Amino acid sequence: MEKFSYVNATSLEQVTSLLSESGWGEVMLIAGGTDLLAELKEYIETPKTLVNLKTLPGMDSIEVDASGLKIGALATVADIAMHPTIQHHYTVLSQAAGSVATPQIRNVGTLGGNLCQRPRCWYYRDESTDCLKKGGDICYAVDGLSKYHAILGGDPVYIVHPSDLAPALIALGASIKIVGPAGEKTMSLEEFFTLPAANPFRENVLEPNEIVVEVSVPVPKPNTKSFYLKAREKGAPDFALSSVAGVFEMDGKTCKTASIVLGGVAPAPWRSKEAEAAVTGKMIDESVSQQAGADAVKDAEPLNDNMYKVTLTRNLVSRAAMMAAS
Amino acid sequence: MPEKDKKQGTNISRRNFLKGVGTGTVAATVAPSVLIGSEKAAEAQAGDAIANATIELNINGKSYQVEVEARTTLLTVLRDGIDTGGNNIDLTGAKLICDRGECGGCTVMVDGKSVYACMMLAIDAQGKQITTVEGLADGDDLHPVQEAFIQHDALMCGFCTPGFIVSSAALLNENANPTMEEIKVGLSGNTCRCGTYPFIFDAVKTASRKV
Repeated sequence: MEKFSYVNATSLEQVTSLLSESGWGEVMLIAGGTDLLAELKEYIETPKTLVNLKTLPGMDSIEVDASGLKIGALATVADIAMHPTIQHHYTVLSQAAGSVATPQIRNVGTLGGNLCQRPRCWYYRDESTDCLKKGGDICYAVDGLSKYHAILGGDPVYIVHPSDLAPALIALGASIKIVGPAGEKTMSLEEFFTLPAANPFRENVLEPNEIVVEVSVPVPKPNTKSFYLKAREKGAPDFALSSVAGVFEMDGKTCKTASIVLGGVAPAPWRSKEAEAAVTGKMIDESVSQQAGADAVKDAEPLNDNMYKVTLTRNLVSRAAMMAAS
Repeated sequence: MPEKDKKQGTNISRRNFLKGVGTGTVAATVAPSVLIGSEKAAEAQAGDAIANATIELNINGKSYQVEVEARTTLLTVLRDGIDTGGNNIDLTGAKLICDRGECGGCTVMVDGKSVYACMMLAIDAQGKQITTVEGLADGDDLHPVQEAFIQHDALMCGFCTPGFIVSSAALLNENANPTMEEIKVGLSGNTCRCGTYPFIFDAVKTASRKV
């Protein structure tokens, strides 16, 4: 790591003011640090100043009321995974949180950090590779090694978004609160993430002087079943090769509404309106679930090494639909 | 060690210099939550930018004053840190292996929960209770997890063992009677290249009956 100076945050106003002093990368925020320190150790980022958010009071709370959940950006992934209400009523979120990395990382990694973590692409993470994501001319995954890269929405940068919490929260209809120098704003979490066609350098719409402070999740409708299915290369903890967050409002075996969001296959969490349409209003059986899987990947454009993700994703979506009906 | 990593060495010359001029005593005059050890300590306010600091860490029930850079990790302090009295901290039980939060060799407990010491800044460990593998035994009485590791021969080369033992103790802190599946999940942040996992899992099961 390069040297940096370290500032304990005292207020959100102070944080946005410090961030406003420069563009991206000069002043960075640290909470759990499990992603940031890896970037610093690889010299992907070389900030002059880190602002420690953990001194901001009250931002690690998980509040439950009649309107739903409010989770502070500093809540740890472990707290989200173990929260009894989330386990019972927001199952997809609890399962997604429990699938993140390892106990040691879940104990310190935060909601805000999980949503804003940077891609795992080996070209991006390699200090000496000047790829398109880092302001170079080429996304090396296109002609290079692309086993872990995008099959949907990739052009021109074929990273995948690594977050497990994001697909689950989007499937639950979450919104995100952001604070900047002009005050706070709230948007749907789905709109928070962007594709490389809109901005090849970032994965979301945050401005350099803005900070994520809270995520709100509405109460799921009655008779909702939700799941997070995550395919990994090995049994041990890992990022998703492909994942499916499914939230199904059911009436017996008939699906009234569905939210199906894919992780690990696109540069942003990928809402599959096609798969949702395939199950909505239908009595889910083998053929409906297979249609949902096929529709989810019908626009997939795999690279040289990741054709397997098309099959994997198709089958995960089908499995999630069958689980909703069982 | 890659050339690059040498750049982030532990600032020995500065530390020795400061030790020589007796800066260590300054820290005692500063509120523990504010963390400066330089000549500017008196003027330091929350919200000031800090490049170097004298911090107080509570490790295995003992308090240490250490001069660190902001970028110094907790693992570096445990293994290579020198306190302001000039003593090596020398807690080398936590191992420096991957240095990227992947292998689990550096696992320590912070406020009773397992964390990777390589992925935590030392500055961020202030005000917390840090427990390393050295802090688990009570004098000559081993922690039940340590006894069970011996009983089950739960190691081959032993390099991963301190991390596994701390993770196991942290797991039993949270769940005194874990199922085999819960043990596997609880230890999923640690890697053993010798492949002694079945012995380790059995050892934790045995230890859970004594905790």
